Amino acid sequence: MTHHEAENTTNDPASAVLERARHFVDDLTLTEVVRWKKDHPGQLAVGYMPIYVPRPMLEGIGCLPVAMFGGGDQVDIIKGDSFYQSYICHIPRSTLELALNGSLDSLDGVLFPSICDVIRNLSGMWQMLFPEKYASYVDLPQNFDPELGGKFYVNDMARILRDLTARGAWKYDADKMRAAIAAENSRRAALKELDTLRVKEPFRVRASEAYLVARAGGLLEAAAHEKLVREFVAAAKQRAPRVYDNVRVLVRGSFCEQPPLGLIKTLEAAGCDIVDDDFQLGLRYIDGDIECGPSDDPMRAIATAFLRRGQATASRYIADEEKGAALVQSVRQVEAEGVIFAAASFCDPALLDQPMLEAALDRAKIPHTSLKFAENTGQFQVIREQAGAFSDAVKLWGSAA
Amino acid sequence: MTTTPTHITRPREVDTEAAKDDSQLRQKQMISGHFDKLATAKEDGRAVAYTFVPGNLTELMLALDMLPVLPEINALQSGMRKLSGNYITEAEKLGHSEDVCTYVKCDIGMMKSGNIGPTGTKLPDPNILLLSYTGCFTFMKWFELLKEEYNCPVAMLHVPYQGDGHITPEMRTYVIEQLEREVIPALEKAAGKKLDLDRLSDLLERSRKAEDDLVAVWESAQNTPSPIDGYFGGVYYIGPIFSAFRGTQDACDYYAMLRREVEQRVKEGKGPVTPDGDAPEEKYRLVVEGPPNWTNFFDFWRMFSREGATVVSSTYTRVGGLYDTGFRHDPKDPLGTLADYCLGCYTNLNLPMRTKLLASYIEKYKADGFLINSVKSCNSFSAGQLLMLRELERKTGVPGGFIESDLVDPRYFGKANIENRVQSYLQMLEARKSRASA
Repeated sequence: MTHHEAENTTNDPASAVLERARHFVDDLTLTEVVRWKKDHPGQLAVGYMPIYVPRPMLEGIGCLPVAMFGGGDQVDIIKGDSFYQSYICHIPRSTLELALNGSLDSLDGVLFPSICDVIRNLSGMWQMLFPEKYASYVDLPQNFDPELGGKFYVNDMARILRDLTARGAWKYDADKMRAAIAAENSRRAALKELDTLRVKEPFRVRASEAYLVARAGGLLEAAAHEKLVREFVAAAKQRAPRVYDNVRVLVRGSFCEQPPLGLIKTLEAAGCDIVDDDFQLGLRYIDGDIECGPSDDPMRAIATAFLRRGQATASRYIADEEKGAALVQSVRQVEAEGVIFAAASFCDPALLDQPMLEAALDRAKIPHTSLKFAENTGQFQVIREQAGAFSDAVKLWGSAA
Repeated sequence: MTTTPTHITRPREVDTEAAKDDSQLRQKQMISGHFDKLATAKEDGRAVAYTFVPGNLTELMLALDMLPVLPEINALQSGMRKLSGNYITEAEKLGHSEDVCTYVKCDIGMMKSGNIGPTGTKLPDPNILLLSYTGCFTFMKWFELLKEEYNCPVAMLHVPYQGDGHITPEMRTYVIEQLEREVIPALEKAAGKKLDLDRLSDLLERSRKAEDDLVAVWESAQNTPSPIDGYFGGVYYIGPIFSAFRGTQDACDYYAMLRREVEQRVKEGKGPVTPDGDAPEEKYRLVVEGPPNWTNFFDFWRMFSREGATVVSSTYTRVGGLYDTGFRHDPKDPLGTLADYCLGCYTNLNLPMRTKLLASYIEKYKADGFLINSVKSCNSFSAGQLLMLRELERKTGVPGGFIESDLVDPRYFGKANIENRVQSYLQMLEARKSRASA
């Protein structure tokens, strides 16, 4: 019996918390956000597109940050397609569909971080389609000098704080911001514990489960999410050990448009233990704590964490480091045997990055394979065969050849 | 089956050579001279910088005696010379996705095929990659890819996008400080010499003069008939100022000559020069959004010119500098003006600004219609164009048309399909005009 089956049984100590996580992930009409706003009158809910925005900055002024991952395979696209040519990825279509059918009405504003030209242009479309809502592009610095990019980022965050305060968010207060950073650090620590368990004992935590538990945090305050993650980790540790004859793989390329859960489960069913991934990377974009002492400037602390410990991903300029070095290091750290590139179709950042990452893996003699998906992909048989062949090859010969 | 309406003239025999006026011949000489310099750059001890058109820092490079190479222009020239298809195939064989920008793949394929430039000589390897990250995310990935190949330093200039529709003092300061602290020192190191700010100012003064003349050329399209085609002809007009010549006396001379030619055409009541010579009677005035297709450029142009359709203004011709809204390089503030230039390029404007600019062109140039050429390769341009189309129709009451092609991938230029759409669109304009005059 797999854990997917186990999650639906009363024997699984994690089934209840997984069910709750699944409820949050499936909440495309944001009923939880409506509930939160009812419990927090006058406070704002601010959506954001992948990959990363500084969530503690929002929580520090009393806003609920809401990660927007599109409609997945749950939404029929009717209006959204009329805004995009066939060669544009899927996430902006389903996001517009949700916005136009009223599912996102509880959001008071949306932030569009710099990731690619499509999401950037979506910020302008939002301004044109929903002029009554706050919509702003967040141009994250590609210069990582604290006195250049860091200063720019601090100034840009100050702009957003001013804008949101003018719309009803709390006025900036350094102590509240430090408290929000502390809450975010605790959440990150909990996610780290989840990741560590998955790496050490993947038979206890499948990637598809970790995915649900992490993604649930997209519409929860940091403290509430931390509680849910810790509850899951405690429950998963109670699961009985079992043996799988799987290969340990990393998945890269799914940092924005998300693969359907069925695709992740297909990779697992094909013999892959996904011990690391970049699904919904924004929740784990900063590697470690945002260091902020009691007398430190919290906004500077958030900026410094972004500059110094932001994850190497396709939308982030790699200046002096060797391209792909971070990926090779991750493979080593989690003792993975191979890498699966799973990029959304027409995802410029992932697909332009991929040849460089593949070259780095080739140099390091790490096997890899690649596939493409759309968030509403419904057929997984070909992917299962490809991933199965990959895992078999790695198991038999230690390479994909 | 496609029917040819009686008012649409049937295509004549296609000429292999487009008609050229004096300024075009002059430009050809300038470009040829530049490639000659590139061919001997290493022997002459001149540093070479690869860089991009939007947000190009040509005056800065020239002040350091560096020679610019523009991979986008190499790619479009490969498209016009029918080489891009093989280059793209070559890159795709190496693992580059069929989904991504064909300029990038064309450049990679060209490099892997010997990096032979349009004059038949090998382009020199770069001493530095000057990555001015203005309005196109793909630029960043492109130079990450080239850095892997050339193993040379990269000078990165992050130019913030005008997401809220204006340039803030913080954005400007950020660009200036990057120039001062990182970009200029990196260029100086590559060039082996210090920047002379007076020399930079002199170059910027000449840029300003050329920009004045270019704007006069653009604005000549307010005449009826328009003496220029502001898209197909326009891509020639922007050649010098968007590439290696802004700030040079050559550019000043070229734009003064072009302006005189255009003013003479106005006096004579002539329309633009087309691939078939002087344009026929002007029947339709259009504004175009989006880059042209390069693999079938003259076929594409003739679909319009032979029907009496003149493009009176376009946005693609503003990617390397938006001068007709008032910006000019300011020699008194060299770094500030370079920042303003980069921040103000068309590709750096948000969608509401782009829509507003197009609406202003439609009004200013009394356009009968506007057309969007949506290219598969360029999400910076293409994502959001269908909403722009609706907004423009709503705001201006002028009908829009929409066609799809690609920059340099010949697989995405469906000639019959595009021609059919263009003809249908022009027919609709004709019917609209007939109704208005009835």
